Amino acid sequence: MLDIDKWQEILSTIRKNKLRTFLTGFSVAWGIFMLIILLGSGRGLQNGVERNFGNSATNAIWIWGGQTSVPYKGMKPGRYIQFDNKDYDKTRKVKGIDKISSRYSVRGNGMVSYKNEYGTFDIRSAHPDYKEIERINVLEGRYVNHIDIKEKRKVAVISIDVQKALFKDEDPIGTYININKIPFKIVGVYTDESNNNRTQQIIYLPISTAQKVFMGTDRINTLVVTTGDASVAESKKIEDEIHNELARRHKFDPKDERAMGSWNATEEYRKFQNLFFGIRMFIWIIGIGTIIAGIVGVSNIMMIVVNERTKEIGIRKAIGATPFSIIGLILMESIAITGFAGYIGLVLGVGLLELVSSNLPDLPFFVNPEANFNVAISATLLLIVAGTLAGFVPARKAARIKPIIALRDE
Amino acid sequence: MIKLEKINKSYVTGTNKLHVLKGIDLTIEKGEMVSIMGSSGSGKSTLLNILGILDSYDSGGYYLDNTLMANLNETKAAYYRNQMLGFVFQSFNLISFKNAMENVALPLYYQKVSRKKRNRLAMEYLDRMGLREWADHLPNELSGGQKQRIAIARALISKPKVILADEPTGALDSQTSLEVMDLFREINNDGITVIIVTHEHDIAERTKRMIHLKDGIIEKELVNKAYSYA
Repeated sequence: MLDIDKWQEILSTIRKNKLRTFLTGFSVAWGIFMLIILLGSGRGLQNGVERNFGNSATNAIWIWGGQTSVPYKGMKPGRYIQFDNKDYDKTRKVKGIDKISSRYSVRGNGMVSYKNEYGTFDIRSAHPDYKEIERINVLEGRYVNHIDIKEKRKVAVISIDVQKALFKDEDPIGTYININKIPFKIVGVYTDESNNNRTQQIIYLPISTAQKVFMGTDRINTLVVTTGDASVAESKKIEDEIHNELARRHKFDPKDERAMGSWNATEEYRKFQNLFFGIRMFIWIIGIGTIIAGIVGVSNIMMIVVNERTKEIGIRKAIGATPFSIIGLILMESIAITGFAGYIGLVLGVGLLELVSSNLPDLPFFVNPEANFNVAISATLLLIVAGTLAGFVPARKAARIKPIIALRDE
Repeated sequence: MIKLEKINKSYVTGTNKLHVLKGIDLTIEKGEMVSIMGSSGSGKSTLLNILGILDSYDSGGYYLDNTLMANLNETKAAYYRNQMLGFVFQSFNLISFKNAMENVALPLYYQKVSRKKRNRLAMEYLDRMGLREWADHLPNELSGGQKQRIAIARALISKPKVILADEPTGALDSQTSLEVMDLFREINNDGITVIIVTHEHDIAERTKRMIHLKDGIIEKELVNKAYSYA
């Protein structure tokens, strides 16, 4: 590979046919460029969708109570189904569940104050597992823990936005804020990775405390569980099991779709994944098609090169060139043209993606288009394979040149 | 050095079969200077191609330095050509985008000699041809005589046992032709076997032995009494 003479020869033939080499190289570069742009855009689309999942686990099942719509066991339709702590205790025993939390939101906005600063924020209460389920990123202090739940401690975890609103530059950890005139000790500050502003306006409390202080009942709004690495089918099975158990306990028809609401993230997420897998495949097929057009171009050029160099190859053979060395010469030239042109396409493609990525306005479904390392590696391998393929037929033809025919004087 | 036994060769074109060589028996000793003469169609080019392992033969046997040259694959043939033979052609057959030195050095490239060493050797051979100052020139900047001397330097650099020249003076004027023939004679004096294919009598007369081919057989062989070894 590092044979100076071979490279000199390749360069000299390339230099002799600048325009032709440029046009061929251009088609290969264009193919790779398009492939990178398409894959990057596909990735951007996928990133956008994934970010919308980003604020919660992609393997979660969310469950909430509804209103019955069919009569069941002598009861009229129109009953409200209200879940409570017993439902949480029962559900946690279902096999296959990884994390579980119930959630209870204090009705209306909470009036929150610290010293002379006031604000209204969403007050939400949950179990410790909620941190993982909602992907809450604790920046300082901690999230709600099991002792908080057990002892019904009056503690609160505030978002960075709440901190900015109430505390300015002061360290909030350990201080007390008043929520609806009841003091809570701040134990943590968090940020939510989602871009959604609403999730940054929430104060989290232990659910047991909130139930006792603000309501005096054991009601919950929402139950949420995660299913580890369960497949869609397994996740659906767990969902059905929870559903049937709740239907039995609250005496509603398990087939009544309005008595209970649920949302299976695994299923939804898998749908998106399949969709994007399909899109990616489609992009690769188009990209490879474009590159094949480039390969055919290179192959054509190399064929012409071999024809033009018939005599030279004949001379080389007469003075002792082996067929293998001739094949090497043609193949290397082909790989050099494809590789170099493709690399330019790759760099331009990645460069454009970077440019777009850094100047992109905040769009809901298109985030950070990028060509990752794997794509670059695959594209490089593709180029080498392409170059070899493009050179193969002409190289074989060159190796078969008979010196006597090549040397015949016209 | 060279021994041919009943060499037969025919070309098939469509339904026609052209019997070009009809049982050639020939022995050329080491250090001989031989010319092969004949009109066009006599089979002299075919004979040279077989001698140069550029073409195969149908039957008979060709021994080069006591080695039978038969059923060689391309790689083997390339090896023998590189090690044993040096070619000089009518149209010089230099590589147009390489300068004089690179052209001379090329056979050594296929012997995997290092770049530095082969360029040094190439300069030595160019010096012997009196072309040192022309080392950086491309072939199209040189005269016919200069080109042929570069081609001869290229043939010699791999220290071959046999030089095969196909009408080496065909494209040269008579003065240059004589100079080139003198060069072949010097080479021959160094002990290298020289075989020249030509149809010109005054060229053939400058070799020691003249072999006349006609219709694929050796018509007559003459020993040149006027030829003197220097």
